[in-house]
Amino acid sequence: MTENSIPAPQENALTRRKDARAWGVVAGAALIWLLLYNLIHPLANWLAYGMFAQPEGSHLGESLAFFFYDVPKIILLLGGMIFLITVLRSFFTTEQTRAWLGGKREGVGNALAALLGVVTPFCSCSAVPLFIGFVESGIPLGVTFSFLTATPVVNEVALVMLFGLFGWKVAGLYLLSGLMIAVIAGIIIGRLHLERYVEDFVWQIKVGQAALEAVKPTWSERFQSAWESTEEIVGKVWLYVVVGIAIGAGIHGYVPEDAMAHILGKNTWWSVPAGVLLGVPLYSNAAGVIPVVHALMEKGAALGTVLAFMMSVVGLSLPEMVILRRVLKPQLIGIFIAILTVAIIFTGYLFNLVLL
Amino acid sequence: MTTIKILGTGCPTCQRLLDDVMNLVATNQWDANVEYVTDIPAILAYGVMSTPALVVNEKVVAVGHPGPAKVAYLIQQAITA
Repeated sequence: MTENSIPAPQENALTRRKDARAWGVVAGAALIWLLLYNLIHPLANWLAYGMFAQPEGSHLGESLAFFFYDVPKIILLLGGMIFLITVLRSFFTTEQTRAWLGGKREGVGNALAALLGVVTPFCSCSAVPLFIGFVESGIPLGVTFSFLTATPVVNEVALVMLFGLFGWKVAGLYLLSGLMIAVIAGIIIGRLHLERYVEDFVWQIKVGQAALEAVKPTWSERFQSAWESTEEIVGKVWLYVVVGIAIGAGIHGYVPEDAMAHILGKNTWWSVPAGVLLGVPLYSNAAGVIPVVHALMEKGAALGTVLAFMMSVVGLSLPEMVILRRVLKPQLIGIFIAILTVAIIFTGYLFNLVLL
Repeated sequence: MTTIKILGTGCPTCQRLLDDVMNLVATNQWDANVEYVTDIPAILAYGVMSTPALVVNEKVVAVGHPGPAKVAYLIQQAITA
């Protein structure tokens, strides 16, 4: 490659042409996506009842139809929506978020932090520099915690799958209660004045001036990096999705109605804490867990229990706590986990009480 | 001699940026020294909060992984500047 062959992305006419082409590709992909999405249902029925020749209403036929319908549907939804979410996130940066949060009061600051926690692109491996950067610039500890809580609790894969399998109401409830938990956990941590439980070296670090002048990415760059993240995320979870839906399909076809009402129904008081406990070791398997949970709910498990379980799967993540341990003393980690656990259990009971 | 630093905490994207930069330096035969910085205080000294970040000649030119083509362009620009 010669020096001249490397294109200059800032060149205006070239950028416009590239952007136009990128929009064209995205529009074309959207059309194909819609077409495929509408083909899933007839195709699934044809596969289950036609090709595999199972009579409609039979256990195996129901399970197969369920499987052939849900797998492509969820994979398509994940691909499409994570692409959209990533494009949306490309408009936010952690540096910008920090600037917005600076000087905000408790309450308003916590709510804003939770919202920004959902939309700011952020991987848990950046939790340490982000934490130090926030605290050093004078953002209160509680507000920082609201941000750090919202990010994993409102997990995009979980959100898309809840939307695909349970519908927008449950997905919305999940999003709202995740935000509420982040706000409340942050406010409590702020009120407790736990600054002494932040590792001492954190207060000594000198954070440099952000040296990067804001370069706005072009549309084609946004689309390209969104596509890369979508590939990465879907590539990581698709197998869990398939296995989860297979188990869910088995439950759907073979487990009798209301079999779960005794164990996971809303009248079983211990089902919510049990769900939360069970969720902890399942970290990062939200993709595999949700279809199973969906099938269980059809058989009588209560929604509050299900939501609490989901939040525990993604929110109470041991790997993230290990990362945060580098900047937080064990006492603060303990308090954080305790607050999250109580808040999630409370949310579970609340929904079991309010719904149905 | 150009110094290129990748600031990272060991995340998959950080590793990918490092690999891409190494490849670019090799294929373009740039006279550059590539360094992978994982020390948190050192990363923060650049005013960077999200990793990975790309530093060329002590100047932060990118946060995140903007893709190999853009990375090539950014390094090229910093070298000729």
